[in-house]
Amino acid sequence: MAAQDLVWLGVAAGLVGLGVYGVLVAGHLLRKLLALNLLGTAVFLLMVVLGRRGAATPDPVSQAMVLTGIVVAVSATAFGLALMLALYRRSGEAALDDEAGAPDGDGRD
Amino acid sequence: MAATELLPLWVLVPLLAAALAACLPARRAGQLALAVQLAALASWPLLAAAFADRGPLTVSLAGLAPPLAIRLYLDGIGLLLLGLVATVTTAASLHALATPGRAALRPAFWPAWLVLLAGLHTVVLSFDLFNMYVGLELLTLAAVALVASAGTVAALAAAMRYLLLAMLGSLAWLAGVAMIHAGTGSLDLELAGAALAPGGWVSVALALMLAGLLLKAAVFPLHGWLPLAHGAAPGAVSAVLSALVVKAALLLVWRVQLWLGPAGGADAAGPLLAALGGAAILWGSLSAYRQDRLKQVVAFSTVAQLGYLLLVLAMPSAVAWQGTTLHLLAHGLAKAAMFLAAANLVRRAGDPRLAALAGSDAAAPVSVFAFALAGVSLVGLPPSGGFLAKWLLLQGAWQAGAWWLVALLLAGSLLAAAYLFRTLAALLAHRDGAGQARAGLPVPRIAELAALALALGAIVLGFAAAPILDLAALPAGPGGAP
Repeated sequence: MAAQDLVWLGVAAGLVGLGVYGVLVAGHLLRKLLALNLLGTAVFLLMVVLGRRGAATPDPVSQAMVLTGIVVAVSATAFGLALMLALYRRSGEAALDDEAGAPDGDGRD
Repeated sequence: MAATELLPLWVLVPLLAAALAACLPARRAGQLALAVQLAALASWPLLAAAFADRGPLTVSLAGLAPPLAIRLYLDGIGLLLLGLVATVTTAASLHALATPGRAALRPAFWPAWLVLLAGLHTVVLSFDLFNMYVGLELLTLAAVALVASAGTVAALAAAMRYLLLAMLGSLAWLAGVAMIHAGTGSLDLELAGAALAPGGWVSVALALMLAGLLLKAAVFPLHGWLPLAHGAAPGAVSAVLSALVVKAALLLVWRVQLWLGPAGGADAAGPLLAALGGAAILWGSLSAYRQDRLKQVVAFSTVAQLGYLLLVLAMPSAVAWQGTTLHLLAHGLAKAAMFLAAANLVRRAGDPRLAALAGSDAAAPVSVFAFALAGVSLVGLPPSGGFLAKWLLLQGAWQAGAWWLVALLLAGSLLAAAYLFRTLAALLAHRDGAGQARAGLPVPRIAELAALALALGAIVLGFAAAPILDLAALPAGPGGAP
């Protein structure tokens, strides 16, 4: 594997870290959705780099997978944003309180 | 008519129907969904006959040969799952159509329902890792939309949490798939499995894929989102999510473990996954016991009952697979029945809390009966499908000499009995003054009968299991030929 590929893999790994951290830790839902997109980008980068496999011409299957993945990510993001807006209109907040996930937060975890 | 040529239709028809349903008024769209599901139910025997003739069915799409082709694959467990999907979705959509509520009248409800059906069929029939990803995404987005259709703040928040975690799981799966593809040059389960050379990177790839699936299947300790989402969703949706959607992710756990696992340390991963299943049984049951809302009890029970489906990975034998497959079916029917019955009871009483449901036996006797029957199967009392399933699992654990599994199975049944008897006691309690039907709405007869039919199915499974057990003895992996 060429040194150049290692650099890209390092970038992908860094983006994965940022993305996962953001999804789990960020408070505002918009931040969470952005972090999810960052994570998606990292996975697509991983796919493209691994798809080269040292060859001069890139693997078309990897490219096709990334294209499909982008379509999925765009639709999921649009859906997530719509959901966030609906939640904001009903509750006045764009954040999930009670990260521990106790049902209804009535203290009975 | 060759049933193999019909396989792609199982994916295509619900998708086209979803597009059509988006153009129809809600009522018509619901009838369209019902028609699609009845067609699936009616054509299922064709598939079963073809399977009995020729064993596992494989279809290469677009007429290409295997290295290039994307394949659909139907094995014994896939066949049984398609039957379960058709049965449960039919009953649940009858329930949704019969029970007038806000959710099923939203324009997006029935299109999402049909996309969910297409996603379930895709995941069950996929033999291609990337196709599985697409199927999982369809399933997730549709499931989240259906949870949100309840429209309450709790449902929207639960849907949001579900979406974020499920997308995290999808991306973990996709990263693992990218590594498998880079290492083997193939996405086909069989070809990739054959080309995998044991190595550290294979274990990393499989760990990523499995972690993604466990998140989607809500396996302990990644189950936090499930009781929130399944508890807040409309009744018919909870039934389908608990009975079917989480099982689709678990089917993929088995497929990955059996087809790809041998090169990536499946021997080490099996007991670990089974241990997570065991923890799910104990934690889920204890949590179910402590809930004070009816639907939350049923939702935590799902967390517990899913655990049983992982135990087989620590004791792979024909009898353990039979028990697991039967448990999958019995739990699917019983849990769907329980959620439909719970929705009826809550509607009748106008209050989701257990304490407010006292005297339900007088107000909605059929639903209480359905709930109790489903409970019989969940606890594993004879003569139900759940009893036979747990008996076979016990036998498998006994033969494998895995005493901790024997103890776990017995403890799980005891705990299930505890939380279900507590719930039933609350439903049957009669207190002075704590009368029924203050704010409640009437429950339509069909909604009660849908729950009862599924509960009876879970019981009858105990008597009519012989043909199912023949199919179920085949593991979901290579060598699944009869």
